[in-house]
Amino acid sequence: MDSTTKNTQKVTIIKYNAGNVMSVMYALERIGADYELTDDIEKIQKADRIIFPGVGEAASAMKSIREKELDKLIPTLTQPFLGTCVGMQLLCAFSEERDTECLGVFDIPIKKFPKTPGFKIPQTGWNNISNLRSPLCEGVREQSFVYYNHGYYAPLSEYTAGTTDYILPYSGILQKDNFYACQFHSEISGDVGERIFRNFLSI
Amino acid sequence: MLTKRIIPCLDIKDGRTVKGTNFINLRDAGDPVELAAEYAAQGADELVFLDITATVEDRKTLLDLVSRVAHTINIPFCVGGGIGTVHDVSKLLNAGADKISINSSAVRNPEVISEMAREFGSQCIVVAIDTRNVDGTDIVHTHGGRKPTELKTIEWAREVENLGAGELLLTSMDADGTKNGFANQLTAIISGNAGIPVIASGGAGSKEHFYDVFTEGRADAGLAASIFHFREIGIPELKNFLIEKGIPIRY
Repeated sequence: MDSTTKNTQKVTIIKYNAGNVMSVMYALERIGADYELTDDIEKIQKADRIIFPGVGEAASAMKSIREKELDKLIPTLTQPFLGTCVGMQLLCAFSEERDTECLGVFDIPIKKFPKTPGFKIPQTGWNNISNLRSPLCEGVREQSFVYYNHGYYAPLSEYTAGTTDYILPYSGILQKDNFYACQFHSEISGDVGERIFRNFLSI
Repeated sequence: MLTKRIIPCLDIKDGRTVKGTNFINLRDAGDPVELAAEYAAQGADELVFLDITATVEDRKTLLDLVSRVAHTINIPFCVGGGIGTVHDVSKLLNAGADKISINSSAVRNPEVISEMAREFGSQCIVVAIDTRNVDGTDIVHTHGGRKPTELKTIEWAREVENLGAGELLLTSMDADGTKNGFANQLTAIISGNAGIPVIASGGAGSKEHFYDVFTEGRADAGLAASIFHFREIGIPELKNFLIEKGIPIRY
């Protein structure tokens, strides 16, 4: 391991009904990061940096966030914050997935991919990211491949910090202030995904 | 552009890779973790582990293995073999699997597909279909292709998608082991009907066979075991070939 990228700060992973988040924990272990999985509001407030994971479906995930009263907390956080996959979608204002009101950090909607001949939904597999403009992508070359598995997408907006094409161009990465988000699964996106996690740890 | 996936498959028995390999740089060719890491380094897009042990004690060995694989590799992997219940899936996902595949249990009780999809999301539920042509009709088989069912393959593929499967792993038992190429015609029909990705399996013997299954066969991914284990085709060499032929491939 590259010792210069080793970070002693702890990563706090937000615990909620987010589906399987083991892959995120294993990915952090692989790069030698210390982490804690918690839904404790005080611990989240005091965290050095936060990962907000998520696989599966937006409506039940949002329900869990509200039950834990994390919906008020998350938009107010000021430390480096990374949402992945459904975690990214929940950071937006609204999702067409079961018409779900989300957290509104990014005031954009999450839309369903339009049914299009020749394209399967959800998108499953490795696709490129380009137009990279985020500290998250430092050292990541244009057109790098990352692993996607999603049926809903964030349209292009002022927050777009990386784009991918599937049916249409959409946001693979979003960024606003301390909030970073990836639609793809960094945790299983090979060396590129690992680099993105390492970059997040040094922001 | 979304790329076509190349997926090596590892058959696991008692926590070890069966059939062996001739990977010269591995310390232990039977260790699935080492083999998985080697494939990931070579550019495999995903891995499938197929557990062919049946006993309960050996399932624990499998969970340990899944956990070690998840600690080691940074690409998606799917685990199949003997999975029947939501509880089984939960244990495997908690051990670090990204996806699971079910086969016989889906045939016995199709509703289990919906239960699993509701609980964990369709994206991690792969339904494996073993098919064999019987008197001109493609019929779903179980027990490693030995036992025919009443189900017609094309109809079953539609049904499992409606029930919530996120991907199909279609293995032609007619093509499997022949090294004469994938079952492109059937794969094309099923992939053409499907709104979800189709992984083609069985029959890979050359680089051209992958080209054929991605074009003629309309597959989203191609899976093979022995040609990769025995280094008949290297993954980098296969990928270069496909890129030169204009197939979208991750490099």
